[in-house]
Amino acid sequence: MNAVVAAATPGASSPGGPLLQVEGLVKRFPVRSGLWRRAAQLHAVEGVDLEVAPGEVLAVVGESGSGKTTLARCILRLLDPTAGRIVFDGVDVAGVRGRDLERFRQRVQPVFQDPFSSLDPRWTVERSVREALDAHAVGTDEERAARVVHLLDRVGLSPSLAGRRPHELSGGQRQRVGIAAALAPAPDLIVADEPVSALDVSVQAQVLNLLSELQRDLGLAIVFVAHDLSVVEHISHRVAVMYLGRIVETGPTGAVFRDPRHPYTQALLEAIPLPDPSRPSRPPDLVGEIPSPISPPSGCRFHPRCPVAIARCTDDDPEMTDFGGGHVAACHVARARLDRPA
Amino acid sequence: MTALLAVDRVDVDFRVADADVSAVSDVSVEIAEGEIFGLVGESGCGKTTLALALMGLLPASADVRGSIRFQGRDLVPLSDDEMRRLRGDRISMVLQDPMTSLDPCFSIGEQVAETIRAHRPADRREARDRAIRLLRDVGIPDAERRYADPPHRLSGGMRQRVVIATALANEPALMIADEPTTALDVTIQAQVLDLLRDLRRTHHTTILLITHDLGVVAQLCDRVGVMYAGQLVEVAPVETIFRAPRHPYTQALLEALPTAGQARGALRVIEGRVPDLTDPPPGCRFAPRCPHRMPECDRVPPMALEDADHAVACWLSDATRAAAAGEGSVAETPLGGVGA
Amino acid sequence: MSAAPAAVPAVATRRPAAHPGRRKLRVGLVILGALLLVAVLAPWLAPHDPDAIESNRVLRGITLAHPFGSDDLGRDVLSRVIFAFRVSLSVAVGSVVVAFVVGVPLGLIAGYRGGWVDTVIMRPVDMLLALPALLLAIALIAIVGPGSLIALLAISIIYLPILARVIRSSTLVVSSQTFVEGARARGASSTSIVVRHILPNAIGPAIVQASVLMGFALQIEAALSFLGLGAQPPTPSLGVMLADGRNVLTQAPWVEIFPGLAIAVTVLAFNLIGDALRERLDPRGVTR
Repeated sequence: MNAVVAAATPGASSPGGPLLQVEGLVKRFPVRSGLWRRAAQLHAVEGVDLEVAPGEVLAVVGESGSGKTTLARCILRLLDPTAGRIVFDGVDVAGVRGRDLERFRQRVQPVFQDPFSSLDPRWTVERSVREALDAHAVGTDEERAARVVHLLDRVGLSPSLAGRRPHELSGGQRQRVGIAAALAPAPDLIVADEPVSALDVSVQAQVLNLLSELQRDLGLAIVFVAHDLSVVEHISHRVAVMYLGRIVETGPTGAVFRDPRHPYTQALLEAIPLPDPSRPSRPPDLVGEIPSPISPPSGCRFHPRCPVAIARCTDDDPEMTDFGGGHVAACHVARARLDRPA
Repeated sequence: MTALLAVDRVDVDFRVADADVSAVSDVSVEIAEGEIFGLVGESGCGKTTLALALMGLLPASADVRGSIRFQGRDLVPLSDDEMRRLRGDRISMVLQDPMTSLDPCFSIGEQVAETIRAHRPADRREARDRAIRLLRDVGIPDAERRYADPPHRLSGGMRQRVVIATALANEPALMIADEPTTALDVTIQAQVLDLLRDLRRTHHTTILLITHDLGVVAQLCDRVGVMYAGQLVEVAPVETIFRAPRHPYTQALLEALPTAGQARGALRVIEGRVPDLTDPPPGCRFAPRCPHRMPECDRVPPMALEDADHAVACWLSDATRAAAAGEGSVAETPLGGVGA
Repeated sequence: MSAAPAAVPAVATRRPAAHPGRRKLRVGLVILGALLLVAVLAPWLAPHDPDAIESNRVLRGITLAHPFGSDDLGRDVLSRVIFAFRVSLSVAVGSVVVAFVVGVPLGLIAGYRGGWVDTVIMRPVDMLLALPALLLAIALIAIVGPGSLIALLAISIIYLPILARVIRSSTLVVSSQTFVEGARARGASSTSIVVRHILPNAIGPAIVQASVLMGFALQIEAALSFLGLGAQPPTPSLGVMLADGRNVLTQAPWVEIFPGLAIAVTVLAFNLIGDALRERLDPRGVTR
């Protein structure tokens, strides 16, 4: 039973084009700052481009304020984007409503972080799992009940749990129920917002394995949002790193981990405390804390904290540089190093 | 080398509705002065309960048995008043959530100063000066000016630093940090861990670090105790725990880690679930999930010294068998060497 | 695990916790049940016609024929209390039910939709809340005229804002739970979400509040009748009896005491039920 990692990646060059294509996504929230000052804007997502091929797992990693959760909610159309396109299977769903939105909802499903609040405490497991089926009136009552049994089994839960309520289950079990509920309408894409962050380490492993397995067996594409790079290494084909509303680096998992180009990605990797006392990790050479998304820094948003920032970084917002093999990063310094023969 | 803290055969039970929850079962461990001791385990293992018992912060429904000797004095029979005098002064605590640990109505400086004045006769000026110094020590930039900042002006990482400053205010002998970095971003966590390492050096505080994060443990701790379902199953120096764990639970825990830079196959999983603490297994509580389960596991294995500094409670260990048979020593747990 | 003092291990148990509130609930329900029975069966339970005047039985104390004594017109106090209780209870319960039925949907919609819908609904509601209950009732009755039905409506107007507020708050809490977002993502309609997810989870505090309000409503009804603004003669009402009983307090205290006791016991029953419900509904619901 092997987890899925890098190697033969269905990339954007797969036939039929990408399943999901996000172009220039922007999401801003109005924020009141003071009674008579004009409403400021919180720049949660500022121009994000990304692609997910059918059957591919894309990890979106970032810390607080990165906008990754907002991005996930925009993709799920739980939020309306301020600007930009969300092209799903060739159709821009960014502004879609009504019947089209319903159809979209059957093909893209969420898995949430908190196993406690992601299930209605008064609903039985069965009812929660079949919610999508009931909402779209799919099949007969018996067919839906049978599907619930099948789904529970698929996620490794005994069907006898169908009549239980969430408070009778453990965190790991609840998360599995959430996954079963997401699988009910047979979606093509799952957007998982930190699905294992609230779980114990040993349970995390179980759920990650489950996701890998399902992804392989069902050909699911997954957008896996996380704050922890170590978690995504085992499950994702590609990784996108977000900082303050922008994607700063994207690439095949192996490449990004082995050869991170953007200073922030490097810092993220360095900061992870290794469970190996013989390899002490120093804190990364970052200065200060993440600035507020209400007034993001000029130029490259990372420059105030960047250990290698140069003069240009203050004024010039860097473009994405292609490092080959689908590995891109937005950094003046990294580009300069590329241009300069090593 | 004296033990700063000696926990001896401590049990903690809670009365919940009509059932008894055995949250901590027969735990004995010693912490030496100056070391950073990591208490590790997953949720429900009893590590936080044990910490609260140390601080005397358990609710009235909790029943604590055994002895907890701090600097030679047993804390269990102490009154609320006596415990209050110790808290914030000789023993201090840093909690997980920096957002709610500070009172939003007072400035950060005042909160540090208040802790000082609560336990020492110091006038406002002295307390304020000392508070500013502490804020500087924990890395708050521009401490003098930020003294008057209300907590909401600070980010999570900064707030946690203030909480640490409050915890250090009276130079406590023991600082208990319960998941101090769990709620922080990875990059900030790294900074705070570095801070704790430095502070141990400069303030000579002994730290009891409670966490579920093995990475944090590896980076910060000198010795580690592993708990499962209320039982202490293994205690050893940090390198030993990671290099040569003896207890099947510790081994399984390490194998389940997804580690960056070490791409492996599927993550190894621990089958089964944590036991119901209102009706725990009679002996070793990990037995139902243990790949090496044996009939004798229905009896609680005593903690025994495998090597000079490595204690395990498992029937697979010869030392445990010997201890149970009455030969050899049943270890309270070894005292580690003081870390640098 | 954050170290709040109530650090009980988070392991799922199969046993639903037994509630200390169960006894309270039982006692409250038993009392209320008995009282309701009395109210419903009034015509059969009352030993005498409550309006029957017998001038030779005036102001008799507690006897077998008159277990609660007789009043200044020779009327049986027990029978009067039973009938009066029926009227008072109907007004009390009825007013809260009306307030509930109108207030809950308002609060639900205001809380779920937010924005201008919330403002449009809640501003007038809040204005009502700002006015003192009894004065408002008196003012309304002054405009429309006295009577039990008016009293019922007046009281329901007073309590509507409270219930609307309560359910609006719990709606806000429930709406922020992730399962509501999940429901949207699974394709559930807004109506379906409000009725099937939000309502069951948010209604708890409103029910608790309503049961407590019934006790208050009873007291307001009694106060209004006492002032002559509620039930009009010949309709008996506990408040009216209290007013009448004042005149003969020194000679025949039972005329005053028994209606007063009836009010007190009923209010106690409502409070017990409200308390017990709060303990019961909260832990299993959203405020976990």
